[in-house]
Order: sequence, then C-alpha cells, then structure tokens
Amino acid sequence: MTAEDYAAVGFKAGLEVHQQLMTKRKLFCRCPTGRYDKTYHAEILRHMRPTLSELGEYDGTALMEFKTRKEIIYRINKETVCTYEMDDTPPFMMDEEALDISIEICLMAGLTVVDEVHIARKQYLDGSIPTGFQRTAIIGLNGSVPFGDREIGISHLSLEEDSCREISDVGHRRTYITDRLGMPLIELVTHPHMRTPWEVEKVADLLRRMMRTTTHVRRGPGSTRADTNVSVEGGTRAEIKGVCRTSLMPLLTYNEARRQWNLLRLREELHRRGITKDTFQSQSADVTRALKKTLYIPIEQAVADNHVIKAVKLKGWAELLRWEVQTGTFFSRELSDRVRVIACLMTLPNIIHSDNPSENISAAEWQEVKRVVEATKEDTVVLVWGDEQDTKTAVEEIIIRAREATIGVPSETRQALRDGTTGFERILPGPDRMYPDTDLPPITVKRERVERIRANLTMPFWERVRYYRELGVPEGYITRLAISRYAPLFREAVETMDIDPVLASYALYQAPKELERKGYSTNGVSLETVRGILLALSKGKLFREGVTAAWKQAIEGSFSREQLPSPPSDAELNDIIRESEMQVRANKVFDEGNVPVLTIAEVMKSMRGRIPGRLVAEKVKTQAGK
Amino acid sequence: MTTDNPYKGYHGRALETLKHFHVRVWSDAEVTTDEDTFRGIILPRSETADGEHIVLKMITGYNIGVNVNRIRKLEEKGYKEAHYKIPEKEFPYAPGRARVKLFGTGGTIASRLDYRTGAVIPAFTPGELYGSVPELAEICNLETEKLYGVFSENMGPEQWIRLAEEIGKEIEKGVQGIVVGHGTDTMHHTAAVLSFMVQNSPVPIVMVGSQRSSDRPSSDAALNLIHSVKTAAECEIAEVMVCMFGPTSDQYGLLHRGTRVRKMHSSYRSTFRTIGDIPLAKVDREGFTYLREDYNHRREDKEVRIKPVFDDRVGIVYYYPNMKPDMIDSMIANGYRGIVIAGTGLGHVNKPLYPALKRCQEAGVAVYMTVQTLWGYVQMYVYETGREMMELGVIPTANMLPEVAYVKLGWALAQSEDPDEIKRLMLTPINGEITDREPYNGYLIFQGGLPEVDKFVAQIKR
Repeated sequence: MTAEDYAAVGFKAGLEVHQQLMTKRKLFCRCPTGRYDKTYHAEILRHMRPTLSELGEYDGTALMEFKTRKEIIYRINKETVCTYEMDDTPPFMMDEEALDISIEICLMAGLTVVDEVHIARKQYLDGSIPTGFQRTAIIGLNGSVPFGDREIGISHLSLEEDSCREISDVGHRRTYITDRLGMPLIELVTHPHMRTPWEVEKVADLLRRMMRTTTHVRRGPGSTRADTNVSVEGGTRAEIKGVCRTSLMPLLTYNEARRQWNLLRLREELHRRGITKDTFQSQSADVTRALKKTLYIPIEQAVADNHVIKAVKLKGWAELLRWEVQTGTFFSRELSDRVRVIACLMTLPNIIHSDNPSENISAAEWQEVKRVVEATKEDTVVLVWGDEQDTKTAVEEIIIRAREATIGVPSETRQALRDGTTGFERILPGPDRMYPDTDLPPITVKRERVERIRANLTMPFWERVRYYRELGVPEGYITRLAISRYAPLFREAVETMDIDPVLASYALYQAPKELERKGYSTNGVSLETVRGILLALSKGKLFREGVTAAWKQAIEGSFSREQLPSPPSDAELNDIIRESEMQVRANKVFDEGNVPVLTIAEVMKSMRGRIPGRLVAEKVKTQAGK
Repeated sequence: MTTDNPYKGYHGRALETLKHFHVRVWSDAEVTTDEDTFRGIILPRSETADGEHIVLKMITGYNIGVNVNRIRKLEEKGYKEAHYKIPEKEFPYAPGRARVKLFGTGGTIASRLDYRTGAVIPAFTPGELYGSVPELAEICNLETEKLYGVFSENMGPEQWIRLAEEIGKEIEKGVQGIVVGHGTDTMHHTAAVLSFMVQNSPVPIVMVGSQRSSDRPSSDAALNLIHSVKTAAECEIAEVMVCMFGPTSDQYGLLHRGTRVRKMHSSYRSTFRTIGDIPLAKVDREGFTYLREDYNHRREDKEVRIKPVFDDRVGIVYYYPNMKPDMIDSMIANGYRGIVIAGTGLGHVNKPLYPALKRCQEAGVAVYMTVQTLWGYVQMYVYETGREMMELGVIPTANMLPEVAYVKLGWALAQSEDPDEIKRLMLTPINGEITDREPYNGYLIFQGGLPEVDKFVAQIKR
C-alpha cells in the first residue's frame, strides 16, 4: 500500500511513548530504581474491584476486569519494594529529580509546563499496580516536534509510576513481580498525526532519541515502550500495547488498520442482512446433556470434569464467523479472545462454531445443539465450555462482542503478537477511570524552576542532526552520535577546542563503538576523561591513530593527558625514518616503488598516536625525493 | 444552577478571576494564558489549597492547575456538573436469611471524595453499600441506619451512649446480628466501651472499617464488610468484636474481642491485633475457624443489659521520663475524677510525681495504672517504688490495655461515687479486659531479618 492508499482509507495513528527516567529513587517512595531481580521474599494476594469515577461513571475496562475475577499475586523483594508499593503506606512526596527531568523533556518537545501539577489516579484493574491505580500527573501540554517538513503535535506529557512485570496469567490467577513498580516513567502522547505505518516507526524513533539526548533517561530492555493508537475512517481508536521495538510497528499498525477495515465491511454485511444493534438477536442454552457422549476431546474432557457446555445462537449470522479480519484470522478469533481474557477460559480452542463444523462434534450432535437453541441454517451457533460461572461470563461476552460488530469497531487495547497481528487485551479505558489523588496536595511549579531548566537545555536531537550534517560529520555517525552520552562534548570539541568535526565524531562515536564491538565496555568512562582525550587531540598531543589506544586506557582507568608521549622532534623522526627504511630494505623489496609505503607502515608501528600518519608520509616522500 | 456555591473552595485571586470572567465551577471553559490555551471543566478546589490557581479537568481525565495571574481570558463554553450515581438500590429481601442491622458512624468504610478539600470524607450512606457490594445480599437481609457521619477521632461519649442504646433497641426487635461501620483510628475505644455498655448480648456485635477507602480498587472495605456481615448473620460468638483483615492479603478477617484489640499500624490493612491473647476466630467467605472456646454463645433470648453511661472527667497520662507533677495537678485542678496512667515497664512513674499522686488521693481522684508496653501485666510489688505508689492510692489494673482502662473508668465513674465500688467495677472483668493468664502465643511480634522468620514469611501470604 502506498501513502495515497493509506490516505484513501483514512489511516490515522498516534503514539504514546513511555520512557523510564534516570533517577535515584522511585516516584512516590524512597526505594531504589533500576534494580531488576526476580527473587522474592514474600507474596501478597489482592483482588480489584471497580469504583465510581469522579464524574460518577463506572469505567468499561474496570467492569471488564471485575468480571474476570482474578486473584492477583505480588512477589515482593525486600530490597526493591517497601510498604508503599504494597499499598500499605500512603505516598511520600513526588521525587523532585523526576519532576525536573519531566520538565526538561517538556521544554524540549515544546510543551507548556503546567503551573500546578495535580496528581491523578488512573485505574488499572488488571492488577498491574497493587493499589488498583497508577499515580500520574500532567506536566506539560500542547507541544510539537519537527518531522520532515511538518510538525507532529504532542498532546501532553505525564509523569507516572511504572507498573509491575507480569510473570504468569493462568486461569483466575495472575502473578506479578514488583521490582519495576513505582519507578518514574513519562508518557509522551502525540496527536494522531502519523499518516502511514512507516511514519509510526519513524516518529517513535524520533521521540525516543529526543528523550535520550537529555542523558537523563534510562536505556536498556524495557526502559522505553510505546503504545500505538490506530484507526481508519469510520473505525475506532484501537491501542496496540507495549511495543518494545519500533521496527515491529509498521506491520502491527498495518494489520490493525486492515482489521478495522474488515470489521467495517462485516458491519456492512450485517446491515445488508438486516442485523443492526437494535434488531440483533441471540439465544443461549445449556447443552451439556446433548453433548454428554461426544468424542470431540476438549468437550469430552469438559464433560469428564463436570463442566457445563453452553450454546449461543447468533441469529442470521451464518458463515460470518469465518469473515477474515486479520491476515489468516477470522471473526471467530474476536469472540475467542474475549472468552479467553474476560471469562478466563484459557485453554484453546475455547469455542467452536457451526460455520466451521468439521473436526469437532458430530453432525448429529450439531443438529441436536441447533435444535435446543432453535437455530436454522441462517444462524450461527457458538459452543463454549468450562466452569459454570466462567461459561456464563463467556456467553455474555460472545453476545456483547457479536452485537458490537453491528455497530463497528469496538474501542480496545490490543496486544502485539509475534506474527504482527494483534489480539484483544482489554476494553480501551476512557477518561472515566481518572480520579484526583486525595493523598497528595497539588505541586506548584514556579516559573523560575522552568526557566532554570530551560537555560540548561541541551541541543535537541533534530538540531544536533542538522548541525552535524552541516559540519560534514559522516552520515552513518549522525544519529548515533546525537543520542550518545558524549554528544554534549562534540560541540565543545568543534567550537571551543577547534577539532576537525570528522575527527571529533570519530573520537566520540566511532572509536568507542569499535571497542564496544570488541567487547570493551565504555560505560565507566567519565565525561571528564573523554574531554581529556579531546583536549589531547586539540593540543596536538594525540592524533587520530592514537584515539583507540587512548580509549582503551580510559576504559582501564589509566588514561592521562599529561602522560601522553609528546610528538617526536624533527631529528628524532628523521632517525626513525632512516632506520625503518633500512629495515624495509633489509627484507629485500623487489619493487622499489613500494619502499615508501612500507617505510611509513614501519614508522607508524612505533609512532602511532604520537604523530599523524599524514606527516610521516610527507616526510618519507620528501626524503625519498632527496 | 443546582450547586449552592458556584465557586466551591475558591478564594483569593482565583475567586476574583472566576468572578471577573463570569465563570463558575463545573463550567466547560477555555483558558488563555500568557503561554497557551487550555480547555477543560473547572473543578471545585480544596479550601486549604492556595488562592492562586484554578483547577481544570481536561478531556483526558487529567487535572491541571492554572495560575490565575497568567490568565488573559477565561470563557465558559458549556456546563457539566458531576454527580455520583451510586445505585442506591433497596436491599433485596429473601425469607429465611438472617436479619442484620448495619449502623453507620462514618470512617473510611463508607467514604467518597470531596473536591472542596480534596480528601476522603465519610459521606456515603450505608444504604448505598449494596450498590457497591452486592455480595452482601447473598448473606443476609440487611437493614441500614446512619447514626453519624464522623471521622473516628470525633467519636466520643455522646456517640457511644447513643450507639449502645440503638444496639439495645435492635436486639429487642430481634435482629440476628449487628454491624457497626466505624473509622479505624478509635475503633478499639468504641469496641471496648460497647463491651461495657452492652452486656450479655444474645447476638454478635461486629465493628468494621477499612484501611484503604472504598473509592480505591484495592480497598479492603468490601471484603471487610462481607466478613463482618457474615459474622453478624452466622457467627456463634455473641460478643462485641472487631472484624478486620488478618493479613494484608485479601484472604481472611480476624474476629478480635472488643476489650483486647488495638490498632497497631498507621496504614497497614492488617493493623488490628489482639494484644496479650489470641483472637476469637478467623472469618472468610466460606465460614469461620474458631480459635478458642471460651466465648459467649449466640442465644435466642433478648436479655441484653444496656448500661449507657459515661463520665468524661477522666483522662490518660502517658508517662515519660522527667514528667513534671503539674501534669497531674492540672487534672486535679480541672475537676477530673479519674486518671489512667500508662506507666513504664511493670507500671512505674518517677518519684517527683508522688506528691501529685498524693494530692489525687486527697482529692478523691481515682488513679489506675496500666503499662505502656501494652503486652504484659502491671506488677507493682516487684520494686519498692511500685509499693510506694500503691500506698498513694494507685490501683494496678492487671493486663487491661490503657485505652480500655480509660473507657472503663469513665463508664465506672458514671455509676458510682464510691471509690470501692468503682474499684470493684474496674477490676471485675466483664469480657476479657483483664485475664487470669497470658497464653504463650499471646505475645508474638516476629523480628524480620532473622533467617527463620524470613523463611516463614516467604512461605505464607501475609
């Protein structure tokens, strides 16, 4: 599909980029950050119940999660979690360092920093936060970042506490580890300004890089995550949750757009058949008796377990459960997903249906089931089995989801699957799940604080790119250098130390990168040490050829600008050249023309880093000419 | 206009600004500042917050504060007043289910948000509980009555007396159990005083609250309510009890005897502990696990004795090193009739206080000794100083908890002028406030960090 095709279907996408901040403490308590450890010393068990929002409404997601009746287990590591994360102690005041970094990123993305920060509770009944809500606050609003020849609008930036990591989710029990819980995280939300799936990836990369240029955000697995909001004309915003690698985004957003498009076509078909939200009819019944002797293994097992089997008739739906929705998946998957997530019937297959009657129950059994629910050949019958209560929920959910098809695309949070398709995760939560946090007072953000942070703002990513390009930094270095933690030194190297931009980019990006590829870690090298390397370069004490060696010393902690050997004197150099040439000739060079090159190589063996190779070459050539 | 005050909570420059632009609370407004333009609903503001900001609720559900000194324009585009719609359904009646009465006094168990103060206020009527906790209907036929809507620190003799009287009336009417919703801070004071004011109850009287307000998804309120209503309806123990979380996990509640229970943590769910003894029973959705046998059993009669009296000229003195006698003297001078001392160790105060204790004796002020260690008995014979104090009229109260001794003394003083009769009332246990023996597992405070304790903690869900 081309950009024009996407425009034709009304493709729109926006991003919610989550980024962990580099702070010492968690956002609302004094626990340490960035320690990941799956060992645990205690477990606690909680349930979540929906509550009414400030505006008096129940949130759809909240009700859905309540229907799942999950037992939530939290694993507690005493080093990373205190009684705050366990929801047994009220919050401490918000971490000031986190607020400063958030303001910094707001200013970078052109957002207006709010005058007063109000902490809200955003409900999450999936249990990913033991309180049942995430403390979150808007720090900035209404910004934009340059993207090609246009701007991508940023709706807001919020500062929030990170959630738990899920360990398992089986039946009615979900288990979480709590080490990450409470770490400061920002959410940067764009307007739906992305017009194609590949723009989604590019904007996500841009925003991540922008945040990295501050050097105040975390790196590494899971430290940056993005949700993508996708819709097509006539569809509804669906959120694809938690994509860690931006390269997966184009396929996921393409598939989601396609799913919405197909669901809209399904709606047309339903309407053509006269099935609308108001005329939709369904009927359900217990068919356990009718299937008591079935040979279809999943149901046979259910009978053996004393479970119940229920049939749902969707009137007038014949063949529509085989409607293709995503590549290779059909509308029946939408029903199966809801049954799996909401009714907790997790062993697949969890439904079968009469549009696909082969390889399950016998024709006679189908006939009997259809008789019980009074189905004709115009109808479709879905079977679901399991625990009595879960099956009841499943029947309700099948009917809810089928009816939604007559309306269009339901608002859902969808999980990214490995094959690039998406699966139902939960109903998309709305603003009704937001409550003011009554445990903490609002925080006034003084304008002086904002201005102090603005004065120290580093050059934004896109300006760095433009600047590097103007200076002729090799194209392959530009992006990486711009998000490198040594990037702030680049400008100093070029503008203050007068180092050639290409050399500076080599010293700050390429040289350490090569060492890292060989297994060295440059993490421990301080900015001051790197500045030392640059100073040595600018003072003529170090040359391009010696940069790698200097980095090695820096990694080992033995680098010192003062101890670098000084360049050889003219006389010294002449001696070395003469000796080297003799040595070359001693090896019997057949082609006289190769002597200078070999001599230069010989000289550089001992002189690397003390004198630029270029000077040696000139000297050798001059002497040869004599 | 349905709101009585269109500028709820606003004061100072913020109030002036709203008035200047003719914009009220719940307006859907557009705000233009020096820097930007925002759209949102103007929310009421906490009265304790500054008068420099207005609060906007954005379409995303987030709130922000806008400094009024930077506002250039403020325009009302619409109006959307918020109301809670907790379905206040009539509790479904089912013949054959136990009749349970729930009294509301306030506290976190029955709470909602207040946007003026930004705080949780006890203002949600017990009748609305069914809308939030429909499981209650599977347990009993519930009747509810709101007696008060106060934070528990504002419960006092007036409320205790009325509560005792109302409980008496309900028992007369034949309810099978009573639940009292109460703030947790002073729940143990009320539980103790009800143990004295309502004696020989034929049915359970269950006090309940919550440590996390019911506006939170992880609240313990629903489960505590379910446990307490189940206890009132079905439990065999006909005593005043506190029913709160056993562990911090959503697992089971403990039934604590009203005279031996105390709030022991400022915020944990499992804050209530039986002190110097073991709890009466465990309760979960399935039923009860009785932990002891020496409780008062449920009966069919209605022979409850209500003694709703209290003399509030009584106080607790928490002794500390170097306490000056004027602390005691001021109580004598102010007409106090009784003092409970929470003494150190086995029940001690320093010598400089003795003259003041002597003045108590002369003025007829009853002085009773308890221990601030909470666990253990007062024993005033072990040291000479204890004996000296007893000669000054200080009466040891065995292992009665200080708060329990305080409410019991107020209750006893209201019944007699005679020091001997008061002493008889104080030292005759009514329901376990003084016990003959402390079981070896009545004092268990595990020390975290010890390998064996950490191992134990890792194996169970607390």
